[in-house]
This record gives sequence, C-alpha cells and structure tokens, in this order.
Amino acid sequence: MLQLNADTVHSFRNEIKQTSGEDVARCYQCGKCTAGCPVAADMDITPNRVMRLLQINGRDQVLSSSTIWLCLSCETCSTRCPVDIDVARVMDTLRKFSVAAGYASSQKAITDFHRLFLDSVRRYGRLDELELSVKNNLAAGKPFRDMGLAVNLVQKGKINLRGGRVQDRDGIKKIFAGSKRFVKAAGGEK
Amino acid sequence: MVESSKDKNITIHTYSEVEQVKGYVGNFDVRIRKKARSVDMSKCTGCGACTEACPHVVPSEWDLGLGTRKAIYTPFAQAVPNVPVIDRSVCRIFTKSKDKCGAACVRACVAKAVNHKQEDEIINEKFGAIVVATGYSLIPWEQKYGEYGGGRYKDVITSLHFERMLQASGPTSGHVIRPSDGKEPKNVVFIQCVGSRDESKGVPYCSGICCMYTAKQAILLKEHVHEAQPYVFYIDLRATKKNYEQFVLRAQRDYGVIYTRGRVSKIYQKGDKLVVRAADTLAGTPVEVEADLVVLATAVVPQTDAADVARMLSIPHDQFTLFTEAHPKLRPVESVTRGIFLAGACQSPMDIPESVSMASACAAKVMGILSHEELTLDPTIAEVNADDCSGCLACTRVCPFEAITTVAHNGRMVSQVIASICQGCGTCAATCTASAITLKGFTNEEIYSQIEAPFRNAGKKEVAAGAPA
Repeated sequence: MLQLNADTVHSFRNEIKQTSGEDVARCYQCGKCTAGCPVAADMDITPNRVMRLLQINGRDQVLSSSTIWLCLSCETCSTRCPVDIDVARVMDTLRKFSVAAGYASSQKAITDFHRLFLDSVRRYGRLDELELSVKNNLAAGKPFRDMGLAVNLVQKGKINLRGGRVQDRDGIKKIFAGSKRFVKAAGGEK
Repeated sequence: MVESSKDKNITIHTYSEVEQVKGYVGNFDVRIRKKARSVDMSKCTGCGACTEACPHVVPSEWDLGLGTRKAIYTPFAQAVPNVPVIDRSVCRIFTKSKDKCGAACVRACVAKAVNHKQEDEIINEKFGAIVVATGYSLIPWEQKYGEYGGGRYKDVITSLHFERMLQASGPTSGHVIRPSDGKEPKNVVFIQCVGSRDESKGVPYCSGICCMYTAKQAILLKEHVHEAQPYVFYIDLRATKKNYEQFVLRAQRDYGVIYTRGRVSKIYQKGDKLVVRAADTLAGTPVEVEADLVVLATAVVPQTDAADVARMLSIPHDQFTLFTEAHPKLRPVESVTRGIFLAGACQSPMDIPESVSMASACAAKVMGILSHEELTLDPTIAEVNADDCSGCLACTRVCPFEAITTVAHNGRMVSQVIASICQGCGTCAATCTASAITLKGFTNEEIYSQIEAPFRNAGKKEVAAGAPA
C-alpha cells in the first residue's frame, strides 16, 4: 500500500526536476515511451509506469527496478514524448539515485560494467576492449566467459591487443572533472 | 434573472406550477397554479423586516443544510422577485405550534403585505410554444454507496456543498471548512464518477460536467486555502471542449493537484481523518490518502418528477427519464411534439455553455414559429374522408400525438385530423376499418400503383426501367 502524501510527492517530483531538469508531473500517461522502447518487454516496470511512480513518490519501486538498468539510452522515448519529457535523461538520473541509495547492488553485473567502462575511458581517453572484457569477467567471477568469441574477435581485428590512448589526455580529465561535479550534485558517486 | 424580470415582454411566474397542458403548437392552453406565497406581491417592498422578525429557524435548502433560513424567507439574496414566501410546512401559525410567535411577520410588515389566508390561484393562459428547461438533480448517493460512508461521515460531502462553501455570500462566508469540527482542511480528496458510469448502482452514462467542475474546485481550493492539497481520483478525464484540456493540465501542473486514475473503493474513519483507499491503475499499485475532507462528484440524474412532466406535455423520455429529442443529430432541441422544445440538462447532462447554446437555439426555433401568420408543415399528414368515416373513433385512441379530434358532419360525429399536430406516422390510416383515413402522398391508390408498376410487363423480357429486377 502506497501512502499518497502531498509533501513527499511534491518533494520527490522536485528532486527529479532539480537533478534532471525534467518535470515528471507533465506526463499524462499516453504510453508512447513504452510502446517505442526496444527493451520494454524485458523490463519489470515499463517506462510509462516508471513515470507514474515518480509522480506519486514510488521511490522504492522505481530505484530497485531492473528498468533503469536495462534502459539503453537510445532516447526513442525522449524523441517521441508528446509533452517533451526527456525520459532517457530521467532514467539516467534514476541510475544515479539508485547507486547513491544503495539499491544498485542488486544489479551488480550492470553497474560493474558501467564502472569498468568509464574507468577505461577515463584513463585512456578511449575504450580498451580487451581490458574491459577481462576485468568484467573477473568481476563476474567467470574469467573464461566468451573466450571462444574473443579468439574470433582478435583474428578479425575487432579487439586491439595493444590497446590505445588518445593524445589529449588533459582534455579527457577536464571532461571527467566537469561531469564529476554533476554526479556529486546528484548524490551519486562519492 | 433580474434583467429578464424587468423586460416588458417577459412574465415570470415564480412559486408556480404548470398543472395541465392542452392544445397544440400555436394554441397551447396551459393551467398554472400560482401557489399561495402568503405575501401580497403588489404590496411587498422587499424590505426583509418579516424575515428578520420571524423566530422560526430551519435548515436552508439553498445551502444544502450548511446554513439556515427562517419560515418566511427568500431562498437567496438575489432571488427574483424580491418577495419572501412563507413555508407553510414549518411556519408556527400553520403548524399551530405551541411555541407562539404572535405573527411576528405580520407585525413587522409596514406595507401590510403578509397574508396568512392567501390561497392558491389557478390561471389559464394561451401560449404558442413551450420550452422545457426543468434542469437536473443529483443521485441520492447516501442510499447507494455504503463504502463511502453512506452519509455517516460528516466530512464526506458533495461538490454542491463544496460549491456553497466557496461562495463568499454562502453559509461559511467563503471559508472552506470541515463540517464536523469547523477546522480548515489540509488534504482534500475529490472523487469523480460517484454514480456516473456505474452500471450496478448508478447510471451507465457519463455525467459530463464533473471532470471540469472538479478541476475548478481543486484550483479554487488552492486559492482559498494555500496550504491545502487537492487530490483527485478519476476513471477518465473527459475535457473535450475549447480550453478544457489546458484547464485540467493547469490544475495538475500549476496548482499541483495530485490526480490519480482509479475509482475509490472505500472510505473509513481513522481518528479525525478519513482514509481513502483506491488503486493507482497507472502505477499498478494500491494507494491510500489520509484526508481531512472528501468531496464527491455525484451523478447528474433527471428531476424526480420528470416522468410526470413528460406525461403532461406528451413528450417521450428515455429509460432514465431524460427527455428525448426529435433527432439526436438534426433536431437536438425539439421534442417530437411540435411546438415543444428542450433546453439544458433535462435532455442530457450538460454544462453551462451547452445549455446556453440549446436555450438560444430554442429561442430561435420558437421565433421561427411565432413570427409567421401561418405554419409551414410537412405535407405528408393524415386526412379523414368525413363521408366514409363511421365515427367509431378507433383512430383517436391509437394516435400517439393526440392529433385527432371530432367534428359534426351531416348530423353525426366524425374524426378530424389536426394538421399542425399530425406527424404523418400513418397509424390511424392502418387502423381505420372503413378506409376513411388516407396519408397524403401515401394513399392506397399510390402504393398499389407502385407495386403494380414493376409487374406491368410481367412475362416480357424487359422489366420497367428503375424497378428492381
């Protein structure tokens, strides 16, 4: 039983507005976001239902859902939304909330991948596929996962064994520093 | 109202009832009972001294019991005419109460207008056309919705009560309060569709006006009580007219009204709060609100005596006793009885702009009839051949429009069709055993010729052009 309480309802709506810039109160539940979402069928809570839960402070349900982690950020929803809500951006905000509030531990595989991916980009300015694959497999405790596939990928030159890095590493640092402020403001990464 | 009361072409019969309607378009004979108001209208100056003097206080119908009135009263400040009436069911003189008032109203009246002996007056007048605008009533929800308390909780009120509270000249001087303790409410829950779209306990139709007035009341609540929080429970939001959708969105976005899609299942008392339980069907979760005040948008239903009015006027009504229009698309303001028109919610639930449109259309239709010396009618009506008529009068009994009367012809009584009433349905012609009634344009000869035409060349190879092969 969800207790509808005006104070928490409005404060949660405001919290999302301040962090993402999106006013979820505008949503009138047409369902177009869900209809266009390529992964909606695999989500436990569909995107339009996420928007509704945000309107009534269904914080626990949303932050512990698989939806926010399955979202591919393809932005089909944002592009098609008739009331101009950037749904993908809201999903992004929810992932930050979820990490900050400790809900994300249930989605360890996905958050590990996100973290390792960003680590790689932070250090080299681009993705080191080999390093990411190995670290991701280690984090999952399955070091030999997809080994057969790896051989094929290397043979076809899809994985660069020597890695690579961009020249302007200071520029990359600046980008991360900038985004760090944003993440902190959202109460995300400590 | 005041303006029309001053128009020299308009006569308003207040505190009066139409008792009988005879005749037909252009010639309606109407019997009106002008009930005894116990105050002489020609003498009364409307000073209100009698009302002040009257010691007998009863709940006011106009304020739905939220306020009071006297036994001699005008229902509200702007009532037309500004002449009070004595409610004989409560006046101490009429009820012969032991609690004597000494005819305080009579003594207070300087103009000597109060007259307890006044009697009902019956007048008969002729009219050319009739516009029925008897309005609507609200479903008696207390008898049907035990799950909402069935009237047991003082703080569960209807939208009309809420409307009275918003009124600056109303019983609470414009303050929104809880009827139970007079305190200002914080959480106010509005429930739409109480009785509407309810095939089991209420009416199956949509009342049409509740979405908009609920949005309005939620906004006005925020403006009257800034700290208040309106919640609205609805099934669908039907905001279909000009600027309506934007208005509802404004309530949600600018005034922070919390809208939840789902019908409330139950209201129960918890301390001095009312717990409202529903499902948020969009979020897919049951929800609860602790409310201080609950406002029900009850279903629009016809007046309880609508069927009597329909019978008196010979106009049809549907299974809900809403008066039926002659054609839902092409003749929406006419009844099937010529010269009788329908305006407003007696025909179907509707809001103010729609009622005004209908009333304006009625006025134009009436002028269309009354501005001519003669009436132009559809020519396909019934006609009695007086020589053939046996005078059995079977036709008078079957005519659904009471369009057949009798006249003397060669020393005997025969039927005669009143042309302006006849709708050309043909029932009389089919009933007449003497074949004395024909429908113009559909005589037996004409119909037989039509049947014979395609068979005229029977046996030959070609069939008459245009006839079905």
